[in-house]
Amino acid sequence: MEDLLNAFFLMSNFVFVPAIAYGSQLALGAVGVTLVYGILRFSNFAHGDIMAFGTMVVILFTWLFQSYGINLGPLPTAILALPFGIIATAIFLLGSDKFVYKFYREKKAIPVTYLIASVGIMFVLNGIVRFIIGPNDQRFADGERFIIKAKAMKQYLGTAEGVSIKVSQGLTVITAVIVVMALFWFLNKTRTGKSMRAFSDNEDLALLSGISPDKVVSVTWILVAILATIAGTLYGLDKSFKPFTYFMLLLPIFASAIVGGLGNPLGAIAGGFVIAFSEIMITYPYKKFVAYIVPGDWKPDGLVQLLATDYKFAVSFIILVLVLLFKPTGIFAGKSV
Amino acid sequence: MTLNRNILYFTIMALLLLGVGLFQSWNVSLSILNLCLISAIMALGVNIQWGYAGLFNVGIMGFAALGGLAAVLVAMPPIEGAWDKGGWGALGGLLLAVISIALAVFTYKKMKIGKYRTISIVAICIIGFFLSRYIFGPATHAIESINPAKSGYLGGLGLPIVISWPIGGLFAGIAAWVIGKITLGLRSDYLAIATLGISEIIIAVLKHEDWMTRGVKNVIGMPRPVPYEVNLQTTEWFLDMSNWFGTDPVGFSSIFVKICYAGLFIVMLLIVLWLSETALKSPWGRMMRAIRDNEVSANAMGKNVTKRHLQVFVLGSVVVGIAGAMLTTLDGQLTPTSYQPLRFTFLIWIMVIVGGSGNNWGAILGGFVIWFFWIEAEPLGLLLMNVITSGMSEDSGLRLHLINSAAHMRLMTMGIILLLVLRFSPRGLLPEKS
Repeated sequence: MEDLLNAFFLMSNFVFVPAIAYGSQLALGAVGVTLVYGILRFSNFAHGDIMAFGTMVVILFTWLFQSYGINLGPLPTAILALPFGIIATAIFLLGSDKFVYKFYREKKAIPVTYLIASVGIMFVLNGIVRFIIGPNDQRFADGERFIIKAKAMKQYLGTAEGVSIKVSQGLTVITAVIVVMALFWFLNKTRTGKSMRAFSDNEDLALLSGISPDKVVSVTWILVAILATIAGTLYGLDKSFKPFTYFMLLLPIFASAIVGGLGNPLGAIAGGFVIAFSEIMITYPYKKFVAYIVPGDWKPDGLVQLLATDYKFAVSFIILVLVLLFKPTGIFAGKSV
Repeated sequence: MTLNRNILYFTIMALLLLGVGLFQSWNVSLSILNLCLISAIMALGVNIQWGYAGLFNVGIMGFAALGGLAAVLVAMPPIEGAWDKGGWGALGGLLLAVISIALAVFTYKKMKIGKYRTISIVAICIIGFFLSRYIFGPATHAIESINPAKSGYLGGLGLPIVISWPIGGLFAGIAAWVIGKITLGLRSDYLAIATLGISEIIIAVLKHEDWMTRGVKNVIGMPRPVPYEVNLQTTEWFLDMSNWFGTDPVGFSSIFVKICYAGLFIVMLLIVLWLSETALKSPWGRMMRAIRDNEVSANAMGKNVTKRHLQVFVLGSVVVGIAGAMLTTLDGQLTPTSYQPLRFTFLIWIMVIVGGSGNNWGAILGGFVIWFFWIEAEPLGLLLMNVITSGMSEDSGLRLHLINSAAHMRLMTMGIILLLVLRFSPRGLLPEKS
């Protein structure tokens, strides 16, 4: 019995809790990608770097607040800096829309042109971020580290394994829930949200009924700024901030959005969790876990790992390929062609 | 008019390279020229995909890296005993994986849709995975344990490295076929995302499969298709030639080697260019452009758009693979960590778009111009930063930060160039002939 409990705690610490946190971060990122896709109709390659840009501004403000001695006690100071990051990112995105995307929208350019333009924006953001904060790792988490500490739990329960939950993980899940609820309230209940959905469903009809495309597009970019900055900051608090890692997040984020059906926000959230759970469960070494659940002294020699951690990107890629092969519209119907 | 423009731009480019030779050094000028030639071939490959057919490939880096892998597998001498210890096991494991995938595809096609088909396919995949891992794992471990500091990998076939160029193209072509088969026919974004994914995975394989590529320990000292400097310096005819030019034989030998490389690369470039031009002018090329300009009407005319796209995607990737093998040949080493998407994928894209998509000469010019500025922008950026910060004190933190960050300005400059060209001159320096 105790061994089973140990095995369960082990899984909780190294698989379930991290996967839920990572899944929430991916979900927030994927919702941003899917919104751009639904309204502007292109896959935004700059999304990873938009996240990096927002997070960078948050980090700079965090450092500023820390130097003034302002903090939130047990919670990370970064939460206070979040609004500033969102504002800066929103300004950048609205500017990029005005100077880059708007031109192609008025010309009714083919989708791939937007794609290339977003690659250009990605370059620019990449340059800005590396120029200001550098290409290296930055840690900016402060406050308490754990909600539940493994050691205290071990003493309390008397088991070999404890349960631990990091502040960043708890914070990620709570924030994601609040943000997603607010987003759906906005999309379903407000007038602007409804016009956005109408625009996404049928552009011509929406224009005919008097919806202003400029307003819809601007609101979309602001929502993207909010989602991307929050997702990036949560990821940075949970792991660490490095510009190149954020660029690499593009693949799992796209995979999440496509798995859930491009253009479908609910699907993007589900997709985020599918990708996160598969990635972590497939690359987790089950050696210790197996040792707990098998009887007696029989212990596996190897790591009992399905795939080396180095190939975690392959997991999202394989899932992406499977979805494209068998259900190109995603699990929840999205737009495919 | 276009011919004049061609000549004008290429003359300016030649003058720029000559200028570097005269004012910086001939060594630098020739190094830039060699990489310009390789970049031009890569740009030709991308132009075949984008310019002829409008396919957006974001995984150029991966295809180039496959070319690099081919160079290692073909040219490096085989490692003593590695094949007996684990070579066959590693190959057998891989073969088993391929067979189980083929079997799964076969089952998918032949069995009736239903529960049993799903169960059999899943069972084949799971059994295949574990069985191939069971054979593959110990074999690669055995290979990696042979003298890990010096070899620890399978080595190659010990053949002349030039043979690896077409082999590299073949590798890239196979990868492109798989990706194209999956994503072509769906919307254009999917091809872009899938190529981005496959290129990251190829780099991950190169970094972590030590038995094949030595991973991050790098494969160095690859055989050359041209003479070595040290040998040249002791050869009589070379010393005579050096005397005749009145130069120092040591310096001249390194220039001579670079000229040899340049000769080989120019031959390759001309072959690829001739083939691409012939293809573009043929009925096949006209059909490709017709599909690119209006897929719906081409489809209505009875053209199989997806099949033609797959064809052109594979062809373009083959050219990129060849260029990748040539690059590794020139470097003389395979360093998986040096494959960066910004340098290998997006820079090539900028070359094609700036040069003029759809025009092969434009792609070549783009390869030359962008590579030239990519290299020369570094000293220029540093100079600029030094001028801007000259008013600040020597140890000012801001000044040091700005000077250290000058390198990142290149990324931003490239992004801005891409956006400006795309908007104001979408047809590039040498527009496609209409």
